[in-house]
Amino acid sequence: MPVSKQLKLQHLLWRTGFGPATADWKSWESRPESTWWSKIKEFSTGQPEYYDVADNAVKGLLLGAGEIGRMESDNLDKDKKRQVRRQSREDLRNLNVRWLNEMIYSKAQLREKMALFWHGHFASRNINILYQQQLLDIIRKNALGNFGDLLRAVSKSAAMLAFLNNQQNKKQHPNENFAREVMELFTLGRGNYTENDIKEAARAFTGWGYELNGDFVFRRRAHDEGSKTVLGQTGPFDGDDVLDILLRQPQTAVYITRKIYRFIVNEEIVPEDRIQALATRFFQRQYSITGLLDDIVGSPWFYAPENIGARIKSPVELWVGLRRTLPFEPQDPLSQILVQNALGQTLFYPPNVAGWPGGRTWIDASSLMLRLRLPQLVAWQGDFNVSTKDDDDQNMGEGDALRDRQKRLVSEVNWTPVLDLFGKTPDAQLAEQMARYLWQLPEARPPLDVMEEHTDRSSRDKRIKTTFMQLMATPEFQLC
Amino acid sequence: MLIKRREFLKTTSLATASLWLPNFLHEFGRPGVLAHNGRILVMLQLSGGNDGLNTVVPTRNDIYYRERPRLAIARETALTLTDEAGLHPALTSFKSLYDEGQLAVLNSVGYPNPDRSHFRSMDIWHTASPASEIWQTGWLGRYLDAQCKGCDRPTAILEIDDTLSLALKGEELRGIAVQEPKRLYDSANSPFFRDYLAVKQPQNSPSGQVHDDSPVGYLYKTMAETMASADYLFEKSRAKATASNYPNSELGRHLRTIASLILADSDTSVYYLSHGSFDTHINQTGQQERLFRDLNEALGAFAADLKANGRWDDVLVVTFSEFGRRVSQNASGGTDHGTANQMFFLGGSLKQKGILNPMPDLADLDEGDLKFQVDFRQVYATLLKRWLKADADDILGEAFRPMGFV
Repeated sequence: MPVSKQLKLQHLLWRTGFGPATADWKSWESRPESTWWSKIKEFSTGQPEYYDVADNAVKGLLLGAGEIGRMESDNLDKDKKRQVRRQSREDLRNLNVRWLNEMIYSKAQLREKMALFWHGHFASRNINILYQQQLLDIIRKNALGNFGDLLRAVSKSAAMLAFLNNQQNKKQHPNENFAREVMELFTLGRGNYTENDIKEAARAFTGWGYELNGDFVFRRRAHDEGSKTVLGQTGPFDGDDVLDILLRQPQTAVYITRKIYRFIVNEEIVPEDRIQALATRFFQRQYSITGLLDDIVGSPWFYAPENIGARIKSPVELWVGLRRTLPFEPQDPLSQILVQNALGQTLFYPPNVAGWPGGRTWIDASSLMLRLRLPQLVAWQGDFNVSTKDDDDQNMGEGDALRDRQKRLVSEVNWTPVLDLFGKTPDAQLAEQMARYLWQLPEARPPLDVMEEHTDRSSRDKRIKTTFMQLMATPEFQLC
Repeated sequence: MLIKRREFLKTTSLATASLWLPNFLHEFGRPGVLAHNGRILVMLQLSGGNDGLNTVVPTRNDIYYRERPRLAIARETALTLTDEAGLHPALTSFKSLYDEGQLAVLNSVGYPNPDRSHFRSMDIWHTASPASEIWQTGWLGRYLDAQCKGCDRPTAILEIDDTLSLALKGEELRGIAVQEPKRLYDSANSPFFRDYLAVKQPQNSPSGQVHDDSPVGYLYKTMAETMASADYLFEKSRAKATASNYPNSELGRHLRTIASLILADSDTSVYYLSHGSFDTHINQTGQQERLFRDLNEALGAFAADLKANGRWDDVLVVTFSEFGRRVSQNASGGTDHGTANQMFFLGGSLKQKGILNPMPDLADLDEGDLKFQVDFRQVYATLLKRWLKADADDILGEAFRPMGFV
């Protein structure tokens, strides 16, 4: 079945961003197909802004006097640690909303979309706000750049070194956690190294640590200077050498390519020969992420029907996409974190070091029903009466202030872009034309009888609004 | 926004709701689960890391009293179980059940290379993975996968909450999370959803089969199962709503819901619920006591209710926590994250009762924490094999020798 130009454009905007912003849709439609991808890339050139939401008190403790700055983080006393933790919890929510807003409003859709990918790939749970905002900055700056640079910078970030216990990785007492996850999750994938490779690599990473202010530090005295053998190569390696060795493995390119393919193209149907071909070029071009995306987006199979509408939106993609499709501003911005909690994807709180498993695991009875009701909850100012699970790592048994917040998603909906876009569409064609805009399934048609029956026909305005709302309250809208 | 809520979300009566159900879901009589043997497991998660040493107190242990000058529970205050063990004074219902031979305690349950992070350790308990591996499915979810091949709704395992825990997520199937059956029912059965599903479902699986392997097919299948489950659970929760008194706490309400479903012979074999937070780094005494009072009242009411209705023999309540706490108290009147912990088993048909194994050895610690003596996966294997009659080896991915308490 032929794929329409409209569907193609929407597909591209969904897979390389968070879907079209309704106000921008007409300008996108007017662009020739041959310019779409270069335009998308053009919007993402330029340096992202560094988000600084860390409270001054936290910075005072962590960055403060030069004396303190040189201390190891382990030396922060208990009360100060508690203070950092408590304030960080608040600040992390602000960082969450700040980044969410970027995804919604930024023209740099491609960068933020890939940043979300790397945020899951380099999953790190760390309560320290300063380290988290540093890691996010590394990821956003390198999201479209070179994977090697990204890997090196992430591996030297305080957030990752702390999360994977490398501060405790010392010559006399090696801690293998960091070395293991670097190989298993960041580069090679399971089954492409031995336990001995991990042991040896862990020795190479001894001495890698961070200072209180988040700066990377190499502690020579804790480093094992001896000879190591990693993936068949032998020498007195340090951490940088091991990362170089890992990047010289074609398997690293294959592993990253497969994961990006699953994120951008199709989570379930992944032809191995295609991955190998893409990975070969990715490797040859020294891990240029944009180069890999060029290859993917420029391939005819990118627009094959089996790859369109085949992806279940992640909770963040769903929420951001919803706010781009139907612009609204929650009165309480932090209520958006409750939505993330309830749907199973809270930024900065990946479920474990492997990130969010994604795909069908997003969907269970309760998350699906909430997804279907979400547009109504927003637009009808309904009670968001969902209690989410406590996170004891965040809360330290002190209860969660978020739970006590007003659990309402009260939002001011701006219908203008939707009314502008569909204002001239005749009643009889409204549902089908809207479905073509809101759904990514080439063959899906809205059931007109049912739609009509449940539409508020008392005015033209209401007809447009209710029809639009209904189409978003469907399984089809969960896909992109 | 002017659309009226009721235009969209009118609630419907059960009678009309069942009319729209696609044919393949129509018969309530069809089992949600194959092979439900009438036995019920209630998994009660004590979230946050309950302090086991102040739960089953080692009343003759000098090390305990030495390491906890501020927090220790005095021998005279504890509810005596044996010569060397007593219960936290708030757990009076537990004490009664113990006296009646309907409670068992398994000490020092844990796993090798314990992780002291809440979420990681809870992950390990939920997935039943070795500590060195990351698994994406839960042990009860895999039980559902095994039990529910080809069944119409995943009501075999039910979490009483708004969101679903990893423990109940399988490879193919996911259990249901429901805080109140009526609320799920109300939100699932909006007239629009109902009509919409009724026309769309056949279109998406032209052969009339439930299984369409595409993502959209999966979404429709989940939607249909959810609506069928919502109907089923709502009907069951009302059919024999228990008349007994339960405390008006969250846990009380949740156990009341469970009791109602059990009394109405819901095809659910595993109920899952959480209580907490037991993460008592500061001022532990008051917080643990408050949580235990809730726990004690709610479980006491639950046991009494099921006994009065002749169902207590079919039920096994199991408690666990992601870890226990450090033996020594900290400087803030609390305790920090530890390792091994005890599990309680409560029910009318225990084969072994009382304290099943030795009290923790406080003289032989690993960096200030208890060493585990029993792998929790051996307990899971016991619950799966002996109680639920399932293929434990397959579900756990490894063979563990079942224990004898059930």
